[in-house]
Amino acid sequence: MSSPPVTGPATVHEHRGGPGPARFRPRRTPPAGTARPGRRGVLSYWRQYLAISPFYLIFAAFSFVPVFYSLYLAFQRYDGLGTKQFVGLQQFEFLWNDPVFWLSIRNTLVIWVLSTVPTLFGALVLATLLHSVRRFKGFYRIALYVPNVTSIVAVAIFFGAVFSNNFGLVNAILGTVGISPVPWLSNPWLIKVVIALLMTWMWTGYNMIIYLAGLQAIPTQIYEAAKLDGAGPVRTFFQITMPIMRPIILFTVVISTINGLQSFSEPQVLFASNAANQNLGGPGQAGLTTLLYFYQSAFLDNDYGYGAAIVWAFFVLIIVLVVVNWRIVQRGRKS
Amino acid sequence: MTTAATPRPATGAKRLRRPKGLTAHILLMVAVLISVFPFAWTIVMATNTTKDIYKSPPKLTFGSHLLENIRHVLDTIDFFGSMLNTVVVACVTTVLVLFIDSLAAFAFAKFDFPGRKVLFGTLLVFMMLPLQLAVLPQFILMSEVGWVGMLKALVWPALSNAFGIFWLRQYIQNGVPDELLDAARIDGAGFFRQYWNVALPMIKPALSFLAIYAFVNAWNDYVWPLIVLTNPDHVTLQVELAQLNVGHNTDYSMVMAGVLMASLPLVVVFSIFARGFIAGATEGAVQGS
Repeated sequence: MSSPPVTGPATVHEHRGGPGPARFRPRRTPPAGTARPGRRGVLSYWRQYLAISPFYLIFAAFSFVPVFYSLYLAFQRYDGLGTKQFVGLQQFEFLWNDPVFWLSIRNTLVIWVLSTVPTLFGALVLATLLHSVRRFKGFYRIALYVPNVTSIVAVAIFFGAVFSNNFGLVNAILGTVGISPVPWLSNPWLIKVVIALLMTWMWTGYNMIIYLAGLQAIPTQIYEAAKLDGAGPVRTFFQITMPIMRPIILFTVVISTINGLQSFSEPQVLFASNAANQNLGGPGQAGLTTLLYFYQSAFLDNDYGYGAAIVWAFFVLIIVLVVVNWRIVQRGRKS
Repeated sequence: MTTAATPRPATGAKRLRRPKGLTAHILLMVAVLISVFPFAWTIVMATNTTKDIYKSPPKLTFGSHLLENIRHVLDTIDFFGSMLNTVVVACVTTVLVLFIDSLAAFAFAKFDFPGRKVLFGTLLVFMMLPLQLAVLPQFILMSEVGWVGMLKALVWPALSNAFGIFWLRQYIQNGVPDELLDAARIDGAGFFRQYWNVALPMIKPALSFLAIYAFVNAWNDYVWPLIVLTNPDHVTLQVELAQLNVGHNTDYSMVMAGVLMASLPLVVVFSIFARGFIAGATEGAVQGS
């Protein structure tokens, strides 16, 4: 087999500490000849430090320092050219009273709910179906995963063409059954629906693959035992499959929260066609997500301080939502 | 469904299973159609004239205007120039990611050294942060060093992504036995020889997964190139494609030909490596949970 092996039923760390081999073997001792790790020990590890240094140098310059620097920027007024001026919490105060910011937050949340719920639900259903069949498994996996490797730009252009108000395929089909054209790309709600559909199309296969791996790791004996006890397929699903899958579902919920809230390219490409229109996010800014607003403030209006404030406020929101979701999924465990 | 009293459970189960399997296949095929439809429809649009698409009802079959549309794309934008940019960036990024990440992952997976936990923990925390937190300072940094508008501005931030290390470390821990490394050490191999001659050959599947992952990400990246490649004549494929859409969104068939040309190489690459890639993606995700 050319593919990397899925390592046995070791689904998650929780299951790992059990009877099998320890999670990992004892740490290797320093090369022979060196004394016990003592005061001069640190230097004897220079090879290891050398090995990790390329990454950590780049990481420090392009991730670590920038993240804190953007926090620093959020307390400044800075347009990228002049000098920085410390303004305390003014940027956040402005943010709090900025209706466009709250609109962008609302848009982001609506799009996120509209896309995440069908994505994860559909992925679970598809994974269950795929797990139950024997033939064409490989074909299904690849065909359903392909959307995830196509570029967002290409997909957004495609969706823009298909849902176009006047000439799109969707309205043409609706027209043949006598339904008048639906304003997909100008109605504030339908804009969000289209963006959510796009994201659902892209991410269902990805989540399905993860769920499938989780399902395959469940020992078949459990199902046989359940069958002997007279449990039907629905009952088996809710009483056996779901509890075992909970850590994996939790993982996908966290990932979907982090990814789903960061929609940017989808509305950016969908509504960029109006070059004269300075408002990003389409008619009524109904597709203006928070990151799109960040992009507009920082890179189109050159308001670096405000951009940094937006992105940090947004980050706090993500953390809150991840924690809330985590709680919800965890609570399900007790009941 | 099945009762324990069935005299011949094997046949009984088989008879009951068949319709269920059929329903599953039908539902899966519907999902596959939805998943593949945009590709097919893109081809339909790219092979017809814009007039045919605008017609009501629109033409639903493949046409014969593909070459014409492709020529329009090539006349309108510097397609191959931007594609070359993308290929260069994606290749350089991929090679560097493989080398840098595997080296660090090897050290983390098989050796203990002071500060190891703190360093790795930092990396895990940063993996969960939204990338956009760093974008603005990254841009300021790029302007300070004068890299704005240059391709190398795309490579460096891509290298600071911690996912590869996290994933390879996991793989090396399980996939490279300590005994082998010990044997190599006794034979006189130092740290770097153990890495190069023992560990690397054993983690080829993991490396090939990471290579595709890094390549696809670099190829599809849009936000950062949009921000940092300020010269409209010197951009990557995705940015060029978005520009094509902005300027000529009334000429659907041409734009769709562009979409087709830009997506095809990646879909082909993916289809070739798909089996291993999906297995790898699964393993990383499940272990990462």
